[in-house]
Amino acid sequence: MRRPSKGEIRIANVVKIYGSEEVGIRAVDDCTFDVPAGKITVVVGPSGCGKTTLLNAIAGFHSITSGTIHLDDLMLCGPGRAQADPGPDRIVVFQNGALFPWKTIVENVAFGPIVQGRLPRKEAFDKARRMLAESGLHNLESNYPGEISSGMRRRVEIARALMNDPKVLLLDEPYRALDSLTKSVMHEALLEVFDRNQVTIFFITHDLEEAIFLGHRVVIMTTRPCRPKKILTVDIPHPRDYSVLTAKRFREYLDETVEAVHEEALKAFAAGERER
Amino acid sequence: MKNLEPSLAAADANVAVRDDAIAVVAQTSDRPSRLEAASYRLGQWLRSPRPYLMLIGFALFLGFWYLTVEVWKLPRFSQMPGPTAVISEWLSPDPTYGLSLYSPEYYQHIWVSLRRVSIAFLLATATGVPLGLFLGWSQRFKDYVFPVFELLRPIPPLAWVPLAIIMFQGSETPIVFLTFLASFYATTLNTMLGVESIDVSFVRAAYCLGAKRQQVFRHVIVPGAMPFIFTGLQISVGVAWFSLVAGEMVSGQYGLGYLINTSYTMVQYPTMVIGMITLGVVGYVTSAGVRIVGNYLMQWRARELAMGGDK
Amino acid sequence: MTGTAALAERTYQLLLSVRFWRGAVATIVFIVLWEIAARAGISRVPAPSAVVVTFNDLMRDPSYWFSWYLSTRRVFAGFLIAMLVGIPLGLAMAVSRAFYGVVFPVFEVLRPIPPLAWVPAAIIFWPTQELSIMFVTFLGAFYTIVINVIGGAQTIDLRYYQAARSMGSSGWDVFRRIILPGTVPSIVVGATVGIGIAWAVVVAAEMISGGGSAGSMGGAKGGGLGFFIWNSYVGGSYTQIVVGMISIGVAGYISSAALRKLGEMVTPWLREQ
Repeated sequence: MRRPSKGEIRIANVVKIYGSEEVGIRAVDDCTFDVPAGKITVVVGPSGCGKTTLLNAIAGFHSITSGTIHLDDLMLCGPGRAQADPGPDRIVVFQNGALFPWKTIVENVAFGPIVQGRLPRKEAFDKARRMLAESGLHNLESNYPGEISSGMRRRVEIARALMNDPKVLLLDEPYRALDSLTKSVMHEALLEVFDRNQVTIFFITHDLEEAIFLGHRVVIMTTRPCRPKKILTVDIPHPRDYSVLTAKRFREYLDETVEAVHEEALKAFAAGERER
Repeated sequence: MKNLEPSLAAADANVAVRDDAIAVVAQTSDRPSRLEAASYRLGQWLRSPRPYLMLIGFALFLGFWYLTVEVWKLPRFSQMPGPTAVISEWLSPDPTYGLSLYSPEYYQHIWVSLRRVSIAFLLATATGVPLGLFLGWSQRFKDYVFPVFELLRPIPPLAWVPLAIIMFQGSETPIVFLTFLASFYATTLNTMLGVESIDVSFVRAAYCLGAKRQQVFRHVIVPGAMPFIFTGLQISVGVAWFSLVAGEMVSGQYGLGYLINTSYTMVQYPTMVIGMITLGVVGYVTSAGVRIVGNYLMQWRARELAMGGDK
Repeated sequence: MTGTAALAERTYQLLLSVRFWRGAVATIVFIVLWEIAARAGISRVPAPSAVVVTFNDLMRDPSYWFSWYLSTRRVFAGFLIAMLVGIPLGLAMAVSRAFYGVVFPVFEVLRPIPPLAWVPAAIIFWPTQELSIMFVTFLGAFYTIVINVIGGAQTIDLRYYQAARSMGSSGWDVFRRIILPGTVPSIVVGATVGIGIAWAVVVAAEMISGGGSAGSMGGAKGGGLGFFIWNSYVGGSYTQIVVGMISIGVAGYISSAALRKLGEMVTPWLREQ
């Protein structure tokens, strides 16, 4: 049983403008909220509102124009440092999956520790096999990602991330491309993984039900430029399973938030947001 | 409506890789053996209309050639050698013009051309792939090198013939140089494009997982660009033959291009056509060879395509 | 901003950019090294300074420009015919399985034979050398265009067909409104590459066939750019060889760029937002 890792993210007054000050696109405007350690925070909002920009800023793929982002005591980006360095303390799980197609499953999962030099090859592979076995994926280890289904690929990708004991897992609409049956299985798998590891999870989606089902905290963003419109604490205890979906509390949360989300969605639609 | 079904072309496009893919897959797991898979595929192919359409096509082509040259003796056509003349010459143990499947000279020409293409191609690959990889990977390097590269590229390799003859000694080196040039450009360009086509998510994922720049290059860029590199290599082989023939026709001794030119000047037309056909066959075989090597080295891609390329 | 002002602005930005200067520096270094090598007598390469002088002289020589004209005419004639024959052929193959099954194998068997290998046969067959050179440039562009057309038609998403059919389009309608526009980008790619190949082919064809009957009209410098290069070599004026090479490079580049621009105009829907 692992101790809950730290991994609190504090986003303060972050602004991101693509292009120049006057004519650029303002993707994020004065955005402030916290991502508490060891909990699942879900960010919801209409397409194109800037949530992925935030995730990319935390991960270190994009710079920010102003404001600060902290991970525990470390300033990831802020004055004097517009862009963070990507690293294994904040690992991203990508929307369309980024398992290396030219490596086998077990080679993929063992990649992090080997490349960082933290574990010799044999031990890395052993640990990888154990992690895969934990999720019931051990019989896939010699396959290539192109040979297995998308759902299984997502789970492998999460295992690959967790091999590195990250403080934060950043998930950018990972289940968007999956059908709803696979999705529900993925949700339960993710929660199972969370219960074992207690890592901070920062999850982006625009599926409100998914957000409330998974999250301790749901942050609803406005349409572009995005900032938190409403922050909801979901008081349903973990571990959760699918019966939660029909529980009264769940429906109440949904009622509370659906109007807020719908309002922003209408604004986005009117502004002619292109579907990404 | 018949026209709207996916055309045979669509099926054919993947058949080449899929065939090799099935062979690879069959080899490495307890799925049907290679022989079983091959005979199954053959059976399928024979049952489809494809082999018969193909026969019709060839029959029409050969028929047209035969009729226009040998039967009707149409004005311009009659000066060309007809299919019977060519084939009988090709297969004859005692050919009129001294060249057929039975004459050692024939194989000498083939060997000389093959040797030149191989040397040029291997040199071009050894220099072009690393160059292309660096051009794609380092913006800085590209800034310096690419403009000069692009400045020289529009000059067709064939325009280098006289300069090559001036610059290099002997008759072999200029020809190999020309062939190398053409191949080199194709390989470098395709490799560079391959690197640039790699989905940025793979690179980002590697950095997230703690890889440093050289490690990303080794574990992501090089394997990720491989499919494009091999497509480029197939093109490169084709381009190599293209330039080789030109070089051989203009200068040099021996070789298929030389053969074609000489038989033309000596009015040995059936031999000329034999040379042309041989060129086609050898060119095709070398291209297929590159493709097969590629499929073998990239088992992951072969398997992915065999599975239908689930994205 | 008006046209010229925008151009001035872009040029200004270009001159400020690091990347431009890196490329410029490398190019200058290259030319300098070339000059040094030439002066040192390495492998008898002509020096860039000498090339520039020759270029100046040639600019005033009408037969040089006549060569340009001849080569361009041959390339474009072959290229246009390749488009006129290749596009319908490719489309027919993409649309009809039977037609594809009959024609494609023969096409694929003939394709590996380099167009230049056809030069002697073309000279035998066609009444004039001009026509034989055009035939060879036609071949060069033809294969590429057909392959690209077929490839382009293949990649048209099946759903577009289905959408059109469900809205009641006839077969001909589908062809005209879906297949044809869907294939245009590939046709443009095939054309741009094809014309490059045509230029490469014309050079060698002219060298091999001795410049064509028009060559005697233009004198030693006429007969097309390929012939011009070959003749310069035979006549021992090496600087002219280099001028000829650069000329062909420029010609090829301009044609490809022009075609690409044309292609962009014809496919407005591909422009990035």
